[in-house]
Amino acid sequence: MSASRRALLGWGVLPLVLLAATALLLSRTELVAFMRQGAPPVEELTFDRVTLEPNLIRVDVVNGGPDPVTVAQVMVDEGYWAFAIEPGATVPRLGRASIVVPYPWVQFETHQITLLSSTGLTFSHEIAVATATPKPDARFFGVFTLIGLYVGVIPVAIGLLWYPLLRDVPRRWIDFALAVTIGLLVFLGVDTLAEALEAAADVAGAFQGILLVAVGALGTVLGLQVLSGAKLRSGGVGGRMAVALLVALGIGLHNLGEGLAIGAAYALGEATLGTFLIVGFMLHNTTEGLGIVAPIAKDRPSLRSLAGLGLLAGAPTILGAWIGGLAYSPLFATLFLAVGTGAIAQVVLVLMRVVEEGRERAVLSPLTAGGVLAGLLVMYGTGLLVA
Amino acid sequence: MTGNGRRLSRREMLKRGTLGAAGFAVLGDALEASSDESSRSAGLPNAHDPHAAGTVGAVRSDGYDPKGFLEHFDYGHVRTLDDGQVLREYEIVAVDREIEVAPGVRFPAWTYNGQVPGPTIRATEGDRLRVRFANGGSHPHTIHFHGIHAANMDGVFEPVMPGDEFVYEFDAKPMGLHLYHCHAVPLKKHIAKGLYGAFIVDPPEPRPPAREMVMVLNGFDTNFDGENEIYAANTVAFAYQREPIRIVKGELQRIYMVNATEFDPINSMHLHGNFFSLYRTGTTLAPQEYTDTVMLCQGERHILEFTYEDVGRFMFHAHQSEFAELGWMGLFEVMEPVA
Repeated sequence: MSASRRALLGWGVLPLVLLAATALLLSRTELVAFMRQGAPPVEELTFDRVTLEPNLIRVDVVNGGPDPVTVAQVMVDEGYWAFAIEPGATVPRLGRASIVVPYPWVQFETHQITLLSSTGLTFSHEIAVATATPKPDARFFGVFTLIGLYVGVIPVAIGLLWYPLLRDVPRRWIDFALAVTIGLLVFLGVDTLAEALEAAADVAGAFQGILLVAVGALGTVLGLQVLSGAKLRSGGVGGRMAVALLVALGIGLHNLGEGLAIGAAYALGEATLGTFLIVGFMLHNTTEGLGIVAPIAKDRPSLRSLAGLGLLAGAPTILGAWIGGLAYSPLFATLFLAVGTGAIAQVVLVLMRVVEEGRERAVLSPLTAGGVLAGLLVMYGTGLLVA
Repeated sequence: MTGNGRRLSRREMLKRGTLGAAGFAVLGDALEASSDESSRSAGLPNAHDPHAAGTVGAVRSDGYDPKGFLEHFDYGHVRTLDDGQVLREYEIVAVDREIEVAPGVRFPAWTYNGQVPGPTIRATEGDRLRVRFANGGSHPHTIHFHGIHAANMDGVFEPVMPGDEFVYEFDAKPMGLHLYHCHAVPLKKHIAKGLYGAFIVDPPEPRPPAREMVMVLNGFDTNFDGENEIYAANTVAFAYQREPIRIVKGELQRIYMVNATEFDPINSMHLHGNFFSLYRTGTTLAPQEYTDTVMLCQGERHILEFTYEDVGRFMFHAHQSEFAELGWMGLFEVMEPVA
């Protein structure tokens, strides 16, 4: 290493050393203690996951506050109850603890769990409808796979059947189909973003749920941009296939979020997934198939690549349902949904460019604008069935 | 001489505080080892096991012992006046102090002599009481005794400022079971924070010999939402369930029960496997009722007498199940008399 490089390195490290020294100085002085004025610690515990087994309630909590929190006692329905807490009663900042309460909960009734900290603060969680959390056995995977198939895979596959129709229509109608795809993706993007923000509200404070959404979404946009840029710019059949792949990926990530929501709702006993609702999801998701085939309508892709695209878009629903049913966590749900939002945003950008190329920079003709609106309206209309 | 507040020297305040703490330390030795983290992850009871209900762990031995408090009566410094009247002198200091109301749960209390409930003051009807009250706390406080006394001894219009003191002097009457509590405003806050205690005025002819206990029913609003998270007899949730009160078969038991619960209009007492004679406010020598459940409104108090003729464990608790499951529950362990 040359002298000049060493000097450069020194200048790079110097501010960090000074920062560390300042932090040390701050921790050695009374300034912080003075600012707190002897006030009790700020305690914050967030319920990450509550699972029920016969005669047992298991609670996972996260400390998202600035100070450690000691769980002193546990109440269920306004009565103190025996419990065990692992790894210890004191949960450090950003730490987790698992609490087991041997409680005879009642099927389909509401229960309230309250944790009493050593300073007397209470943290409560309501189990809206008590029912045993599904166990990861063959039956669980069977049922949740079926739900994922019905909600995600089958509708997308049916939507792909529009491919022969698109193959034979004039170019401007393909632009219309692409515009419709943009519309429905915008709808899905907003939907995913809303879900991400909703999940973010349940994330422990220190993990900054809303900013996690921003980082996850933008990170995905930038990442996909870099990864797919060259392929997209190459144009031709390969470029169009890359667009279709991106559309399928974006829809797949959205469907992962949908699966998460269904699985978690089912696991928490909040879902009444009636036949009507499943049919609604099917209609809603069938339009997604159209979006995938629109970019490659003139390319005669093989049946295998069509099936691959369909699986990429639909199968994540199954995965999401598994994860949601078994290990729903607001933190990971927020992250998944943020990634989904970013992926969809990126796909919308790419599709806009595709339409733009074909129409010599006039993205929004009456036809394409109508297409975007039609896409939004179709999603909104079929969305009414699942709301 | 009693009406004028006098500033208490800092040194004296410290001395009184230290003496109080020394007393608590001796009491505390009897308590078992404090709870630690390992005891909280020990083998769990079955969900339907009656032992599954209740708090987990034990309180630390840092000054207050429900077992010691149960049978401790403060008769004051006694001396006979020239006219033959018995004078009982008490020193009470208001102190801000953090107390443990359930295993591991700390409550920033306002206390008389560093404990909640305050000391059980006991005199005989007609005695002269002189209570020197020093306020070592951070807010103005008073002592309002229930009883018959002069208006300026009522502890309402004479708030004692932090660092000041006041001497209450009156004759103990009428006979019965009373209470004392702070009457500074806001009243609810001063009582909820722990400023109360039992005040027993014995009849001139003593009640029949018995094993005597005092139970002050109270609650603690640990998160300051205007509702109690903890209920108890004598402050510590489930204290007498964890360590049952041993009583001897065939021996007369007498409980002085005072309701000092804040926020909830009523509290109650239910005795298992037995009935008790009830002396309302303790102002009569003959019982008014024979029952196993009695209701007490805020500030109401009764004397309960009973005898067990069977050995074994018998519960006693509030018959409001909510209060019982939040800590106001205990056990009597009836034993054969030692030969």
